[in-house]
Amino acid sequence: MSAPPKIAVAGVHKRFGKKIVLDGVDLEVARGQSLVIIGGSGTGKSVLLKCILGLIRPDSGSIKVDGTETVGMSASDREQVMRKFGMLFQGSALFDSLKVWENVAFGLIQGRKMERARARDIAIEKLGQVGLGPEVGELSPAELSGGMQKRVALARAIATEPEIIFFDEPTTGLDPITADVINDLIVACVKRLGATTLSITHDMASARKIADRIAMIYKGRIIWQGPVADIDRSGNDYVDQFIHGRAEGPIKMDVLKP
Amino acid sequence: MNPFAAVGRVVLAFFAETGRIALFTAMALRHCVSPPLYLRLLARQIMVVGYYSLPVVGLTALFTGMVLALQIYIGSSRFNAESAVATIVVIGLTRELGPVLSGLMVAGRVASAMAAEIGTMRVTEQIDALTTLSTNPFKYLVVPRLIATTLALPLLVLIADIIGVMGGYLVGIHKLGFNAGSYLHNTFEFLKALDVVSGLVKATVFGFLIALMGCYHGFHSKGGAQGVGKATTDAVVSASILILVANYFVTELFFAQ
Ligand SMILES: Nc1ncnc2c1ncn2[C@@H]1O[C@H](COP(=O)(O)OP(=O)(O)OP(=O)(O)O)[C@@H](O)[C@H]1O
Ligand SMILES: [Mg+2]
Repeated sequence: MSAPPKIAVAGVHKRFGKKIVLDGVDLEVARGQSLVIIGGSGTGKSVLLKCILGLIRPDSGSIKVDGTETVGMSASDREQVMRKFGMLFQGSALFDSLKVWENVAFGLIQGRKMERARARDIAIEKLGQVGLGPEVGELSPAELSGGMQKRVALARAIATEPEIIFFDEPTTGLDPITADVINDLIVACVKRLGATTLSITHDMASARKIADRIAMIYKGRIIWQGPVADIDRSGNDYVDQFIHGRAEGPIKMDVLKP
Repeated sequence: MNPFAAVGRVVLAFFAETGRIALFTAMALRHCVSPPLYLRLLARQIMVVGYYSLPVVGLTALFTGMVLALQIYIGSSRFNAESAVATIVVIGLTRELGPVLSGLMVAGRVASAMAAEIGTMRVTEQIDALTTLSTNPFKYLVVPRLIATTLALPLLVLIADIIGVMGGYLVGIHKLGFNAGSYLHNTFEFLKALDVVSGLVKATVFGFLIALMGCYHGFHSKGGAQGVGKATTDAVVSASILILVANYFVTELFFAQ
C-alpha cells in the first residue's frame, strides 16, 4: 500500500452567511510535493488554507493530515498536528509588540522551548536567508517596508523547519529580483527539509518555479489540476485565461465599463 | 415593523452573547489552571495594569477622600455630629468608593487597552499566527491579563484606601479645623477588618471582570479599525456595568455579616 497523502482535502464546503466560498473542494498533496494554487482574487484560496490549518471550521467535508482526520478534532490533539505546520500569512501577521528577531524565533522559543540565545542565532541565520541583515532583527515590524515584512514572515514560517509549509502569496509586493530569491528559497526548503508545501500565488513566474503541481480554484471548486509542465496545454479555457492574464474569456469580472 | 420581532431579536442576541461570554470564561479559567503559565508575560501585565494605573487610581482616591470629608462635614454639622466625619470617610472609602471608583478608572484604562491590543491582533491575523506557531492564544494573551488584573486590583484598592483617607485627613485638618490626633483616632476607632476585606474582595472580582471584558471583546472583534473601535467601547462599557452590578451582589453577600 502506498503512503497516504500528506494532506487530503475532500468535499470541503464553507460559507459565510449567504456567500458560498468553498463549494466542495477536493485536493491532495503528496509527501514532499510542492503544490501551487492559483485562482482569482476572492475565490477562497486563503479560506481553504485556513480550513486546513483549523483556523476556520469548514461546514462539511473531510481534511486529513498524514491520514488523520482533523475536522472536529479536540483542541489538544489539534495542537499536536499544528506542530507540523508553518504558515506565511498573506498580510504577514507579524507580532508588532515583539522585535523582528523575536518574531522569527517565536516558534522556537514558545513552541519548541528553545533557550533565547540559541533561538536568536537561528533567527538571525533565517533572516540572512531571506536577504535581511542582523541589524534588521533589532527593529520592530512597524519600522519595516511591506516587502521586508513579508520576508520576515517567511523567515518565521520556516524557522522551526516544519514538515508542511503554507505560503499565502509569498512574492506579492516584492520586486522581481527579491521575488526570485524567495522562489529559490522556497524550492530549497522543499529540497533540503523535504517539506511538503502548499502555496498560493498570482505570480505565474513564481508558480512555474516552485510548483510540482498546479491547481486552479474557481467558484469554490478545483477546476483543473496537473503537473506544472502541463499548465500551457491544460485544454482548459479558464486556466488559459488566468495564466495569460486576459480580461476577455470565460471568467467574467463585474466591473463598470466607463 | 413588528415590535415583538424586534424585542425578540434583542432578547435572543442578549442570550447568545451571555452564552458566548460564559464559554469564554470557562475556557479562560481552564487555561488559567493548566500549564504552561507565561511568567514573563504575567510580570509585564502586572506592571502595565498595576504599576502604571497607580497615578490614575491615586489621584481619584485623593480627591474622592477630600470631597467626602467636605460633604460629610456639611451633612453631619446639621445635627452636630461633626465627629463622625473621619469614621464615615474611612468606611465609605474602604467599603464602597475605593473599590468602585478604582474599578471604573482601571476599566477605562485597562479594559480598553486590552480590547484594542487583542482586537488589533485578531483583525491582523496575529492570533491565527500564534496558533500556527504552536502557541495557545488563550494561554499567551488571555491568562496573563486575567491573572495580572485580578491580583493587581486589590493591591491598587488598598493603596487607594490609604490615599483616600489621607485626602480626607488633609481636608479635615487644614480646612475643617479638626485636631489631627482625634481625627486619626476616629478614623481607626470604628473601622472593622471586614470593611477593608469586603472592599478588597470586591476589587478582586472587579479585576477579573475588567480583564475578562477586555479580552473577550478583543478576541471577538472583527472587521478592521472600526471593529476594534467598537470592541474597545464595548469592553469599557460592559466592564463598567458589570462592576456596578457585581458591586451590589458582593455588598449583599457581606451585608448579613
Ligand atoms: N472571516 C470571514 N468572514 C466573512 N467572509 C469572509 C471571511 N474570510 C473570507 N471571507 C470571504 O471569503 C471570500 C474568499 O476570501 P479569501 O481571502 O479566501 O480570498 P482569496 O482567494 O485568498 O483572495 P486573494 O487572492 O485576494 O487573497 C471573500 O469573498 C471574502 O469576502
Ligand atoms: Mg488570499
